[in-house]
Amino acid sequence: MTHKRNVKIASVVAFLAIVFIAVPAAISASGRIDLYYTLTSVALLSIGSAGVWLTFYIGRINIGQGAYALMGGYVSAVLVMNHGWSFWPTLPVAGLFCAAASVLIGLPILRLRGVYFAMVTLTLTEVARLLALALPITNGAKGIVSIPLPGALSIFGLTVIPDFAVLQNSRLAFYLLAVTVMVVCFAVMYRLVNSRIGKLCQSLQQNEELASSIGVNIAYLRVIAYAVSSFFGGVSGAIFAAISQSIYPSSFTVTDSVNFMLNCFLGGLGYVFGPMLGTLVLYFGWDLLFQTGQFQLLIYSGLMIVLMLVLPNGLLSLAEMTRKKG
Amino acid sequence: MEQVIANGLYLGAQYALIALGLTLIFALMNVLNFAHGQMYVLGGFITYTVYGQLGLPFVVALLASGVTLAVIGALMEKFLFRTVIRRSHREESTMLLAAATAFFFDAVILLLFGEKQRGVPKIVKGVFNDAGIIMPYDRMVVGALAIVFIAAFVLYMQYSRVGRAMRALAQDRVAAQLMGVRVDRYSMIGFAMGAMLAGVVGGLLVTITGVNSGIGGPISIKAFLMVMIGGAGVVGGAIAGGFILGMMESVGLTVLREYGDVTYLVIFAALMVFLSIRPNGLMGKPWG
Repeated sequence: MTHKRNVKIASVVAFLAIVFIAVPAAISASGRIDLYYTLTSVALLSIGSAGVWLTFYIGRINIGQGAYALMGGYVSAVLVMNHGWSFWPTLPVAGLFCAAASVLIGLPILRLRGVYFAMVTLTLTEVARLLALALPITNGAKGIVSIPLPGALSIFGLTVIPDFAVLQNSRLAFYLLAVTVMVVCFAVMYRLVNSRIGKLCQSLQQNEELASSIGVNIAYLRVIAYAVSSFFGGVSGAIFAAISQSIYPSSFTVTDSVNFMLNCFLGGLGYVFGPMLGTLVLYFGWDLLFQTGQFQLLIYSGLMIVLMLVLPNGLLSLAEMTRKKG
Repeated sequence: MEQVIANGLYLGAQYALIALGLTLIFALMNVLNFAHGQMYVLGGFITYTVYGQLGLPFVVALLASGVTLAVIGALMEKFLFRTVIRRSHREESTMLLAAATAFFFDAVILLLFGEKQRGVPKIVKGVFNDAGIIMPYDRMVVGALAIVFIAAFVLYMQYSRVGRAMRALAQDRVAAQLMGVRVDRYSMIGFAMGAMLAGVVGGLLVTITGVNSGIGGPISIKAFLMVMIGGAGVVGGAIAGGFILGMMESVGLTVLREYGDVTYLVIFAALMVFLSIRPNGLMGKPWG
């Protein structure tokens, strides 16, 4: 038991060392600064995917994460631009706003299951886009542009985070920000899944009626899970808006929602860290295929189909398979 | 007013035909076919090529669209979906496959046909103008054809041997298998028929709205809406859902015109409320 625990701690430390020290060192050594942007995107998308994964955990197929990412981005952008807020407080506010919205939306729609829930959440993404186009506060199709970079954050006069605008290397700063948020999110997820609530959520995935019959408050649990999921979506959207310094109704579309879901599938639905791996592989795969030009989408989707045929239970199921054989 | 109803009926007939294919595939395989809109686009482009480019009769073009898509659907079922359903722990994995095939079709369509909007010459010239209704003849022909196809499909499902087998399969896969229905074979036929319907509608509509490679996704979403309204996996529900959506779109575009482009927003909002009251749609089985 202690051995297992030691392995776990060691792998967490190794992971932290890689993302916080080894990756920046490697990038500055090789001079490929553009990689920061790619990795930042991966980190942010995997936060959103983590949310989707959590809804999978309660047995719901969520194709609506794009809606919350868009919502979070707009909340942050509107607060910064129209109300003169600093970026930092808008981050949790965007998350909480999305969580609150998801409770309102989730109460009716979480009663749906299977494909019905999937289809409703898919249309939710479209609703978000159309709302962003129609509402006056979102500035329609023109979007909100030239959002200032995150300013300094100080607690008791002590500067914790420097002003991003004066930094020489704001890409590194954004990378660190995104990775930190990602690590926190996955820590929360891991804790949640391995807690009593996590076990209860798993019972929802298997059989809601049975769970409810032995006294599990299923309505409450699924709303909570959905709210956490949307919180993640909102946070990732808010940081995205800050990085690109703009947000449009088309910033997160149905394709993005589908991609959030695909990241989870690819990594494996049975594994907490599945969404992270799935995002990394999908995003890098897409980026690498850029050189193939017009055949990019063809090769990408072709590979995805092949992958699905060979490993229908996700990449991380590979480890399980070798363990079984060996 | 008459104009609005006529438009709604015409749209509804098209939509119902799209939704029928989607719901058939769902009923038989429990697969949500994300690529349905792309199949529609492919059907449209095939008709464009055969009728618009090669100059063959429209009927031949429509036939070509239907047959090609049927073959593609059958192959997809046999080599992709059947394999994944067998190997995967969770049924939802087919969704990833369906989404991947949707991307794949998008890419193929883009490579083969480019990104331009394509149209074909009208099949029938002239405009019907009487009793306050203005409707081009070609729309009427296409609408009528769609209704004929729907009727043929319903009759086929109801009275033919294949249709009976597929209905049995949709009701209870295991029981059907025990009664000697060849499950694999009829799943394949069902998938092929669903794909064929998508191709045929694409071929029909290319004569009116034209086709371009980007409309696959939006068409899929509309098809999902109709299936949700009517209830997934039910033939009657798909037809009802199609006509309801067509009517709502037609009415919405007239009534809400002064508020800008909000028709679909209103439809989505109404759908959310509706689904919270009736989670299975009008006629859906509990939990699809």
